[in-house]
Amino acid sequence: MATELAARPIVNSLTTGRLPRGSAWMLLVGCWILLGLVFLLVQLAGGTTSFNIVGTVFCGTILFDILIYVLSRLVEGARRAKDRLVTSLVTTAFIIVLLPLVSLLYTVVANGLGRMIEPSFFTESMRNILGEDGGVVHALIGTLEITAAAAIISIPIGLLTSIYLVEYGRGTLARVITFLVDVMTGIPSIVAGLFAFALFALITGNPGYRSGISGSVALAVLMIPIVVRSSEEMLKLVPNELREASYALGVPKWLTILKIVIPTSIAGITTGITLAIARVIGETAPLIVAAGFTTSVNYDLFNNPMMTLPAFAYQQYSQQGAIQSDYINRAWATALTLILIVMILNLVARLVARFFSPKLGR
Amino acid sequence: MTTESAGRITAKIRRGDRVFSTSTVIAGSIILAILAAVAIFLVVQSFPAVVAKSGTLPNAAPNFWVYVGPLIFGTIWAAALAMIFAVPISIGVALFISHYAPRRIAQVLGYIIDLLAAVPSVVFGLWGANVLAPALAPFYAWLNTNASWFPLFQGSVSATGRTILTVAIVLAVMVLPIMTAVNREIFLQTPRLHEEAALALGATRWEMIRTAVLPFARPGIVSASMLGLGRALGETMAVAIVLSPAVVYSFLLLTPQNPETIAGNIALQFSEASGVGLSSLIASGLVLFVVTFIVNAIARYVVGRRKEFSGAN
Repeated sequence: MATELAARPIVNSLTTGRLPRGSAWMLLVGCWILLGLVFLLVQLAGGTTSFNIVGTVFCGTILFDILIYVLSRLVEGARRAKDRLVTSLVTTAFIIVLLPLVSLLYTVVANGLGRMIEPSFFTESMRNILGEDGGVVHALIGTLEITAAAAIISIPIGLLTSIYLVEYGRGTLARVITFLVDVMTGIPSIVAGLFAFALFALITGNPGYRSGISGSVALAVLMIPIVVRSSEEMLKLVPNELREASYALGVPKWLTILKIVIPTSIAGITTGITLAIARVIGETAPLIVAAGFTTSVNYDLFNNPMMTLPAFAYQQYSQQGAIQSDYINRAWATALTLILIVMILNLVARLVARFFSPKLGR
Repeated sequence: MTTESAGRITAKIRRGDRVFSTSTVIAGSIILAILAAVAIFLVVQSFPAVVAKSGTLPNAAPNFWVYVGPLIFGTIWAAALAMIFAVPISIGVALFISHYAPRRIAQVLGYIIDLLAAVPSVVFGLWGANVLAPALAPFYAWLNTNASWFPLFQGSVSATGRTILTVAIVLAVMVLPIMTAVNREIFLQTPRLHEEAALALGATRWEMIRTAVLPFARPGIVSASMLGLGRALGETMAVAIVLSPAVVYSFLLLTPQNPETIAGNIALQFSEASGVGLSSLIASGLVLFVVTFIVNAIARYVVGRRKEFSGAN
């Protein structure tokens, strides 16, 4: 049937005055190839040292935006041309966002992988290192300890607060807490660092006091609102029928929360907490303010500065020694390590959400 | 027979309930206490800088406000520039994911944008300084020669590309994920019937978005932009690593003399600071805290009518 209809030489009134299907994509690829040739010629002429792939994609997409508008205006009229223009602009925005992401991931992997897989990187600290050796053991230990301490501080506070907001909170206090938690998500990380620094400077009476626990407090300030918000969302998802069934059986409210509400939402809460850890583990600014720098392994959270991975990457970049490439390589390798840690945490969070969440719908 | 004298039935008060509910109230109050403590400790520590006499402050400033002035200017200028890039692009990306991309891949595309949020800020800084700035330097030189009729492109061009414009681009990339996430949520909440009514009246997709989606989403877009602005104002490492700073009030985009931001200045100066210098850094942090608090509070107030999205989830 369909082939018979298509074979007839009559004009299909539904497709006249329209650009053929798929022409937009072909035009986009065509623009990229065209601009690729232009940039190839520039490269062959000696204008640039290497092929400018970013320029190709960017300029090609812009050229496509203009061409599709003109073409569509000629064939389809002004209204459809505008629609096509917006469609292509929106797609352009997405491609523009992809450019830095791809460039960043490529750069970090290309520059960091070689140094990261060297055995010294995960077996040595920077103590007495002047050459190209050295590793991140001290920073890795610092990051793990500081983040763990921050999690220990913020998970109980965050979880209990979200229980308060969902199960108990009515009236002004609940509204104020909700508002302030929302505002707290926007505290600049360096301000959290300054707060922890000022707090411990007053407590210890030592204006230069820097230690792991100080960094943990700074991270906890950043982490608490994230834990509150995500746990709150998850607790709200628990069906009210479950609570009511429990009350009907005479179970006290606190046991209902502990035995019914939290077990039902534990997967979502775990996901939220993992994502919160992933969010703060890459924080740099509060740690360079509150936890300081060191080159040696320090297991003690309460005394002496503690190195962390982000601070290490920053220090290697900002205080380069005699042979710059050694420091730059370590900085990139640390950056790659950090990205891997954050991505693994994100992946774990998504997997937990996927496999352990209760199946509410049958 | 019913007993009429029973009155109101009161629940039995259990000790477990008391302990549990009290501990949740305490946890909630701790959050209030933390915020208050942040403000109080910063005020206490910054007091010496605010009353400091001339000659003791860094940069030979006669008083604290002269010292912090260029920093406030730089912070706002860099964040405003970042917003110029980030607002339209985040709206575009959010529209692309919510209304243009094929349904099946839309969620994957959302994950890709969230991937940007997973990159630590120090890595953005390294990338900005080592990849983006050198790549933009020739472009800046070209702009400076050929487009110097535009006032902001004047001045002597930076050879390294580490200008406030580069910083603004890095900041824009960094705040895009949160802005896109909020915008996307709001676009998806447009009443389905409004969209279908517009399409049924013969609107093209763009006309449907203009007449149904955008008016509905306007307050959400405003608050998404404010959230992004709050992040951009407080972002530290990218600025500290990328920018080549100076103590100036300058709108010029391409010169090596760029106004420093508050956060970047703290990160660069903190390890060597002491005494009044330290206090002045903390005081500038307090100023930043107040500014971002106000910006975020306005954003939350606007978005408060729709509680579902807050940036933390």
